[in-house]
Amino acid sequence: MDTITPSPTDVIGEARLEARKLSVQRGERILFRDLQIQLHTGQALLVAGPNGAGKTTLLRTLCGLSQPAQGSIHWRGQDIAELREEYRTQLLYMGHRNGSKDELSCQENLEVAMGIAGRPTSFDERYRALAEVGLGGLEEMPARYLSQGQQRRLSLARLTLTRAALWVLDEPFNALDAQAMSWLTGRLETHLAAGGLAVLTSHYDVRLRGDLRRLNLGGH
Amino acid sequence: MSHPLLILFKRDCSLFLRRRQDAIAIIGFFLVAVALFPLGISPEPQILRTIAPGAVWIAALFAIVLALERLFTDDLADGTLEQQLLSAQPQSMVVLVRLAAHWLVTGLPLVLLSPLIGLQFGLHGAETGVLTLSLILGTPVLVLIGGIGAALTAGLRGSGGLVTLLLLPLYVPVLVLGTAAVSATMTQSSPEAHLSLLGAALLVALVLAPWATAAALRITID
Repeated sequence: MDTITPSPTDVIGEARLEARKLSVQRGERILFRDLQIQLHTGQALLVAGPNGAGKTTLLRTLCGLSQPAQGSIHWRGQDIAELREEYRTQLLYMGHRNGSKDELSCQENLEVAMGIAGRPTSFDERYRALAEVGLGGLEEMPARYLSQGQQRRLSLARLTLTRAALWVLDEPFNALDAQAMSWLTGRLETHLAAGGLAVLTSHYDVRLRGDLRRLNLGGH
Repeated sequence: MSHPLLILFKRDCSLFLRRRQDAIAIIGFFLVAVALFPLGISPEPQILRTIAPGAVWIAALFAIVLALERLFTDDLADGTLEQQLLSAQPQSMVVLVRLAAHWLVTGLPLVLLSPLIGLQFGLHGAETGVLTLSLILGTPVLVLIGGIGAALTAGLRGSGGLVTLLLLPLYVPVLVLGTAAVSATMTQSSPEAHLSLLGAALLVALVLAPWATAAALRITID
């Protein structure tokens, strides 16, 4: 993680993520109502709010993992419920759980994660990506032997390879050391500069060069 | 090996190879269950021949239900299921590939062992052949239908019993057709009708089950 090498991000072109009159419910409780979001190329949205305000639920709804009680989400003007995999190819989601298999090595985990996301990678690309997030030398180590922070870094390695235009990152700074945090900030800045979009939550005060908007949930 | 679905297939196979104890437990369960029938009922060759189709099929059915329990629970817990559902491929195709890999590692060994079991019960050549054929057609149906139950109960703790209760009514036709095919061969009549119906059930399950399982997974993960 010593060098910040900007990964080749494709020119993303004009992209827009929109939430229209979004209401989200967990069980009986309504988390928020009539939420409007408009996010354009090169913009990032930082979702803030106390625990239980619905930050994770909002992010999962934006990905299509959770269904909104009301309202809809549009990508480049089209409803994501109709776009399905066409939307998902342009999306990268990083949740609380790292999404790696204990039994598989770092390199294999990355191969699978990128592969099913529709971005096949070569062996060399994966080794370079792992080196960039500071996992050089651990490529063939089963993920079960990694520390919490290293597992997080493995998950972050996807960011160096992906061509997705929209990144949805749930607490990406958790469990990271200072060095990894500044690497991630740099990577986010490169992504936004290349015309990408990002939605993230964080308990830390995120400072980014670029167009960072803030959304406060749970004001009531 | 660069198509997304191939990568997923390879992943499931290598995961299973690295958890060999799971495979051994399932095959072991099947062999022990089948071996218990003669001990529990009667070692009389004529009786053994009569109960053979049912014994093999029931043991295979429970072995498959046992294996299904872990199909989605592990992936749900470590977050890889989310990534699969967010895949660039249609969700039903992702599910179909996972079920195919699951059958390959849990269903196929049972099929391959069945001629040996046939010998143990004193079945003749043609009868053993029909038994194996009925398992080739029938066990994928069990896995496909089972996927729906496994998907619905993946988020629940200790869901094994529930899967069994949910699935058994749906498994009855497959069990009846499978055993009837072998019994028909024993009475010198043709097993063709039963095998054709099993084949038809397989085709229907191939079309409907992945779609239903994907829908069930979306509910589980919501």
